[in-house]
Amino acid sequence: MTTIDAPQSRFAAVVSRTTDAFTSPKSGPVLVTGLLFIVMFVAGGVRYNGFFSATTILNLLVSYSYLLVLAIGMSFVIISGGIDLSVGAVLALSTIIAARGLQVGLPPVVVIVLILVSTSTLGLLVGLMINVFQIQPFIATLAAMFLARGLCYIIAKESIAITDPFFTSMAQPIILGPRLSITASVIIALVALVIAVWVLQYTRFGRTTYAIGGGEQSGTLMGLPIARTKVLVYVISGFCSGLAGLLYSFYTLSGYALTGVGGELDAISAVVIGGTLLTGGYGFVLGSALGVLVLGLIQTMITFEGTLSSWWTKIFIGALLLVFIVLQKVLTSRRA
Amino acid sequence: MPDSANPLAPTEAVTTAPVVEMTDISITFPGVKALDGVDFRMFPGEVHSLMGENGAGKSTLIKALTGVYSIDSGEIRLGGESVVFINPAQAQAAGISTVYQEVNLLGNLTVAENVMLGREPRRLGGIDWRAMRRRAKDVLEGLHLHIDPNSLLNSHSLAVQQLVAIARAIDIQAKVLILDEPTSSLDTEEVAELFRVIRSLKERGVAILFVSHFLDQVYEISDRLTVLRNGQLVGEYLTPELLRIDLVQAMIGKELTALEDLGSRVHATEKDEEADAKTVTFLSAKGVTRKGSIAPIDIQVDAGEVVGLAGLLGSGRTELARLIGGVDRLDGGQLKVNGKVLKLRTPRQAIKHQIAYSSENRRAEGIVDDLSVRDNIILALQADRGWFRPIPRKRQDELAASYIEALNIKTPNADALVRNLSGGNQQKVLLARWLAVAPRLLILDEPTRGIDVGAKAEIQKLVYSLAENGLSVLFISAELEEVLRLSNRIVVLRDRRKVADLVNDGLSVDDLLAVIAEGAADSEIKTGAAS
Amino acid sequence: MKDIFFKVIGHRLFWPLVMLVVLIAINVINVPGFLSITVNAEGNLFGSLIDILRNGAPTLIIAVGMTLVIATRGIDLSVGSLCAIAGAMACSIILTSPDPNNVGTVAVAVLVALALALVLGLWNGMLVSVLGIQPIIATLILMTAGRGIAMLITEGQILTVQSTPFKFLGSGFIYGVPFATVVAAVVLALVALLTRRTALGMLIESVGINPEASRQAGVRARGLLFLVYGLCALLAAVAGIILTSNQTAADANNTGLFIELDAILAVVLGGTSLNGGRYSLTGTLVGALVIQTLITTVYTVGIPPIATMVFKAAVVVAVTLLQSPTTNAALERWRSRPKPTKTSSRPSEPVVAR
Repeated sequence: MTTIDAPQSRFAAVVSRTTDAFTSPKSGPVLVTGLLFIVMFVAGGVRYNGFFSATTILNLLVSYSYLLVLAIGMSFVIISGGIDLSVGAVLALSTIIAARGLQVGLPPVVVIVLILVSTSTLGLLVGLMINVFQIQPFIATLAAMFLARGLCYIIAKESIAITDPFFTSMAQPIILGPRLSITASVIIALVALVIAVWVLQYTRFGRTTYAIGGGEQSGTLMGLPIARTKVLVYVISGFCSGLAGLLYSFYTLSGYALTGVGGELDAISAVVIGGTLLTGGYGFVLGSALGVLVLGLIQTMITFEGTLSSWWTKIFIGALLLVFIVLQKVLTSRRA
Repeated sequence: MPDSANPLAPTEAVTTAPVVEMTDISITFPGVKALDGVDFRMFPGEVHSLMGENGAGKSTLIKALTGVYSIDSGEIRLGGESVVFINPAQAQAAGISTVYQEVNLLGNLTVAENVMLGREPRRLGGIDWRAMRRRAKDVLEGLHLHIDPNSLLNSHSLAVQQLVAIARAIDIQAKVLILDEPTSSLDTEEVAELFRVIRSLKERGVAILFVSHFLDQVYEISDRLTVLRNGQLVGEYLTPELLRIDLVQAMIGKELTALEDLGSRVHATEKDEEADAKTVTFLSAKGVTRKGSIAPIDIQVDAGEVVGLAGLLGSGRTELARLIGGVDRLDGGQLKVNGKVLKLRTPRQAIKHQIAYSSENRRAEGIVDDLSVRDNIILALQADRGWFRPIPRKRQDELAASYIEALNIKTPNADALVRNLSGGNQQKVLLARWLAVAPRLLILDEPTRGIDVGAKAEIQKLVYSLAENGLSVLFISAELEEVLRLSNRIVVLRDRRKVADLVNDGLSVDDLLAVIAEGAADSEIKTGAAS
Repeated sequence: MKDIFFKVIGHRLFWPLVMLVVLIAINVINVPGFLSITVNAEGNLFGSLIDILRNGAPTLIIAVGMTLVIATRGIDLSVGSLCAIAGAMACSIILTSPDPNNVGTVAVAVLVALALALVLGLWNGMLVSVLGIQPIIATLILMTAGRGIAMLITEGQILTVQSTPFKFLGSGFIYGVPFATVVAAVVLALVALLTRRTALGMLIESVGINPEASRQAGVRARGLLFLVYGLCALLAAVAGIILTSNQTAADANNTGLFIELDAILAVVLGGTSLNGGRYSLTGTLVGALVIQTLITTVYTVGIPPIATMVFKAAVVVAVTLLQSPTTNAALERWRSRPKPTKTSSRPSEPVVAR
């Protein structure tokens, strides 16, 4: 009889494992995001000509590689139970530093190093404020946001174009095939994504980040390096914002103080839609990447639709946020 | 007091050197001297119990040893060498491992990570998940815990989480293992299991610091006792040489006459009530139940009656009380008050029907610590009136003043924040809150837990006099003596079912224990509840 | 003496007040007539202080609502978007009416805008109290979608309004005092009366300090949350209308941009903890004044106005660092430090060379 039972019970096991995975606060939301992405992509393909193609995905990656990098940094922060409101402003700051630095004749390498070091330092200061002075992340990163945005205006009020040959070369598409092309930014963002996945899953720093989100006090009593990790999380977010700004300046070939207004909202939305719990402790950085793609798809579909006005994007994103937040709520309260 | 009451009496034949030696430890918090020149030592292969009432300084001493607090003066020696730990990580690295009362693990991570985090096996510069799971599984199976190491910790019960915490401590290969109230959420079998583990660790030469309120457990497992009181050392004793009554005296520091007095009074008046035959049923519950919490139960409380709920922790005492108090919702059954069927969905509705539930969890569910004593006292009354009909300030002051006086609440004034009061006085403020809504049934869930003995006696007296005035009381306590002393009737619960409904006419602790243990012959019933 | 000193600097309004005084002093040094208030031909008050009171009114109005929300352990990020929605609603009604200068038209427009905001505030309250979603997240939804809704109302245009009664709301005077200031003062007074003369304030604090204990004491948190989020949204709409009237145009993208941050900042500067519990409306008033005075100072000192944000950052950092638990603990240690004479009287330990 076992031979007959086996497939059935295996099927039952698969079903129960699948239900478990979908109802777990750890993996449930991200699986839903994955499904949503596939459904949107297929539905878009049915409705619009030329939508269901690798080109669409690659275009998304090209347009949103900067947001992907922002979302990576934000994932670290949110998994640790914090929030970073400064990412949009820091992104703008780094485009300004790039444009201004190149304008005054600094070599591209120096400019790049300068950006990454200064944004990481800003992250470090924020981390220290949060950790040493026990200031809520909301307030500390708000201060950083004001500071970064203000510095932008001080450095340059107007938009500055970038003409540096290295930067312009980075903006050139890399042809992969007929109608298929990416940019160097896409590669950089994907490399950052792989590193982030590895760090969160396979290093003690990564696991400690989850530990902080799950319960800071418990983590401390377990002897984990909570303080150091907490600071480092904001350094990473600062670094990612700097890198995102760099990618943004490759993409737009300009620096402008008003870029990235609301970038923090996009990044937070991507992370939440990607299945990371805003309360911290659960989430995957790959989910955040999916979240970025979903946001991008919404924008693309509205463009394809043609008749819909652009403000619908905001309303759709808000509605999606609502759906995911309620979903998270349901999944976590079921387990509690 | 026995001879061994002298601190570090030379009568003991000490052959091995202590692994931990804390000398003259003092720690001061703003306004409080938490530890005042305390000495403490631990020997390898010994279980050392740290005893004391709340506020004695037990947890402060533990936190000093584990690097959570830094000491103001004194010295800590580990294996003969002077050490200074500035964080728990350092203490852990030095071989001191701690399992705290509230499980301090991470529910959002897997069981394996909770066992191994901080010492993960590595491969190619990253965490070797497979090896980690394997090792965690081994350690857990050593504790007879067969769970998937890859499951999330918070998908398991509290008892399992506690064992995972111990697994973590064991895996650290600690020289010193601190178990701070490890048994408070475990059932009898789990306690036996834990003790088996403790004994095997002892044989391996681990020094174990054991903290428990259950005296039976302390006597069963420990070799040595250190008693603290009010932040000072009372003495170090060898367990077999110390009589229980002496231990209790050492901990409490004053005679128990207050309680004994009350005991006799209660029994005396009880006879009067038996004479008084006319009883009115205030509350009757038929088959009340809640899924996963408590099986269908019938219970009845008469006007002016004190009904005790007895049973072990997790037997369903609190769960039943919360159903009647409207804190949790019924899944089935019927609740009648004065013969009328009630549907309680919130504590608010229970209060409207003059049923007040005072939670066992004073800090988390009772007091509002940043509000004043006055606000805490009037809170339930004000909530009942709604925000738009404030109690006039004058009336508030009168209420507060009368309860502060009647319950002997020690507070500088009614404006003092409740957070600055001692546990016993906080409990009295809570009682005042419930009395202010003039309930017909008062449900007291562990009202005397964790408070000093004086306040305890006062609260017991109060319960008694309230009942004399016609208030019905449902009284829950882990201390069977207390239940016996106060109750007219005792309902015994076991495994979330009602097993007996006894009239208290001269029941003894042993009688009650027998009922609680009935049908559970295979497992030893030994809990502190019987102490 | 030392004790009084520490009592004063330990007060939660000490540092914000110092900040306010310092800012005003800087202004007085730069602009000698800074403190003077004059009456112009129409009998209206004029002067830098009056400007601060008028321009700071919207932030203060929102901050008052925000204080109550924060006291319940909540936060409302959507107030900026609500400003835009209310402004857009009012302007579009006025624009579509045949007689924009009719007081009745403006009254209807304002009332409809307030009602719409109230509905959205109750939506926030529903998410927080019924669905139990974290407030920062629940209001993030409306913060994101709200600008979209505002654009939906304005159909993506900037709606410029020529209406005398509407213009009065933002820049009119009543008995010589700017109307916006009067509104702010009335809002502050009403909310203070509403919360402190009834039991509302105490119950809000109770829910903010210990929600479960409050529930068991019979406090209906759900009703309170609906009330505070509704009130906060309503006040955001009032501020939004003042802002829109000031600009005589509804701009869905920029009306009330970042005002949620200023409002939260004002609350925090005023000493109300973001962790909920005890709140101080007086503190919020001081906080809002500090923020507005700072903005004014940047103008008077001659720093490019766009750099205001850097100074805001500096103020946030300075005040939050001074109020932080770490700083207080350090102060406490310094305070309880034994006197130097005592230390020197200790027998000195022999220095052992290793």
